[in-house]
Amino acid sequence: MAQSTYAIEVNNLTKSFGKTDVLKGIDLKVKRGTMLALLGPNGAGKTTTVRILSTLLKQDGGSVSVEGYDVKTEADKVRTVIGLTGQSAAVDELLTGRENLVMMGRLYRLTPESAKERADELLEDFDLVKAADRTAKTYSGGMRRRLDLAVSLIASPPIIFLDEPTTGLDPRSRLVMWGIIKRLMAQGTTILLTTQYLDEADQLADQIIVIDGGKVIAEGTAAELKSKVGNDRLELTFKSSEIFADALQTIGNNVADSDAENNTVSVNIKDTDRDVRETLDLLKKENIHITSMAIHKPTLDDVFLTLTDKKQTVQKESK
Amino acid sequence: MAVELVFQNKPKVIMRFIDSWLMIKRSSLHIIRNTDQLLGAFFQPIMFLVLFASVFGPSISKALPSGVSYINFLMAGIIVQTVAFGSTTTAIAVCTDLQKGIVDRFRSLPMSNLAVLNGHVISDIFRNAISTSVMLLAGLAIGFRPHASGFEWLQIVGILLLFTFAFSWLSAIVGVIAKSVEAVQWLTFVIIFPLTFASSAFTPTAGMGRYLKAFAENQPITQVVNAVRALILGDPIGNHGWLAVVWSLAILAVAVPVASHLFRNKTSS
Repeated sequence: MAQSTYAIEVNNLTKSFGKTDVLKGIDLKVKRGTMLALLGPNGAGKTTTVRILSTLLKQDGGSVSVEGYDVKTEADKVRTVIGLTGQSAAVDELLTGRENLVMMGRLYRLTPESAKERADELLEDFDLVKAADRTAKTYSGGMRRRLDLAVSLIASPPIIFLDEPTTGLDPRSRLVMWGIIKRLMAQGTTILLTTQYLDEADQLADQIIVIDGGKVIAEGTAAELKSKVGNDRLELTFKSSEIFADALQTIGNNVADSDAENNTVSVNIKDTDRDVRETLDLLKKENIHITSMAIHKPTLDDVFLTLTDKKQTVQKESK
Repeated sequence: MAVELVFQNKPKVIMRFIDSWLMIKRSSLHIIRNTDQLLGAFFQPIMFLVLFASVFGPSISKALPSGVSYINFLMAGIIVQTVAFGSTTTAIAVCTDLQKGIVDRFRSLPMSNLAVLNGHVISDIFRNAISTSVMLLAGLAIGFRPHASGFEWLQIVGILLLFTFAFSWLSAIVGVIAKSVEAVQWLTFVIIFPLTFASSAFTPTAGMGRYLKAFAENQPITQVVNAVRALILGDPIGNHGWLAVVWSLAILAVAVPVASHLFRNKTSS
């Protein structure tokens, strides 16, 4: 089979549950060996998309090909090349870490010896050797996620679906997971990640797709998405309201925003070297002293809030 | 990657067997590690045995043919009751799997989904065999004296295995339909409790009212109890033997496809 550059190709994917249209025509492509992050608020259709791509759910319309196999007609073949982990997958709590790994390996059609060897290797890689012979019930949240991910890697599938892999983890466990995911990427695995955490997408993904209400509303690299929302900003803070007033007058038209309470002035910068230098020169000429200075880059949070329905996002956060 | 992965490349049928074997192993480990449930599987039947023998024994033995002690009469009934209640473990296991999302993981693997049901049903038989053996020993301790020959014991084991298998598949249907483990518990209770009590398990059916008697004498549990009882007491088995087998096979013929169909539907939406 001639391999295309894309490991995953999705065209005009639709799905409804009853009268609710959950997916209204999703298009996406993931280049082999890269990571695509699917970003969106709760209910945007992220998990539904992953469930269709991993053969757990049948789509209503559109086409999905995974490693060249059609998910609708060649589900069995798709299952040999994917690993699924996160929200919708699970480990067996009454089995030990090792038993989970070996069993899943065997179900992936590995020989008993091969499954055992690979289980040992993964236990080592995921720092689970000490807990290997304890039942998964006794694992902490972070250990369970690691085991969950390890299980989906048992047969080294070329494509991995990570459905919110760090949701609910403490910051340290999250960093450990990120490390593991980065190692996977270095090995050339194609990854589709869904997340609500913008910094996660920012840290890990090559490409980001923002979906909301079952539609793709933006796509690009993290840098491209950020530049859609706005420029970097120079934030200057002054000691007193008098100096603040002087500064406002001096910078004049270039002021993008000001905050009288904190004596802060923001200036849009397009060309860092030129704009920062000019602003500082201007202030120096008038002998205005700056108390502190920072360059603020737009975050994916800004992107997210700008692009998705703001009301919905605020509601979600206030829950 | 350090380890070189070796995949098995065997015919599909063999892979299906391996899937089921792996699931049987899994479910059996569950049974062994679920200590609370395991203790229940031992103590509940022994409790029933002792209670029935001592509470009902003195009254009911008057209604029994002369020379038959209540404990010898009761044993067949209590074994069948234990096996019938034991089969509900399948329903609980299937329901738990569906709720925990592990079935999703299995479905994302190139395995046979029905292996999950096979695993629970067959491991249930192991567990039932263990609790039945424990109960036989307890029975012997309080005066049970069977008259069955070796060949008759083989027949008893065969009839009971087939019956457990049938009821576990029936139970699998409940496990797929029920929305929660609590629902499984009351659903199986309202199905199995009347079936075991409105039967010949604990008292002869002769003294029952007309309609109750008609029901009791024509339902599967009575046939299985009567067959096992006749074999234990060394009495002629009559029609009960083949009726017990036919009932179990009929239940299987319906329950296996229905459970499989429901399971497949439930997990693919």
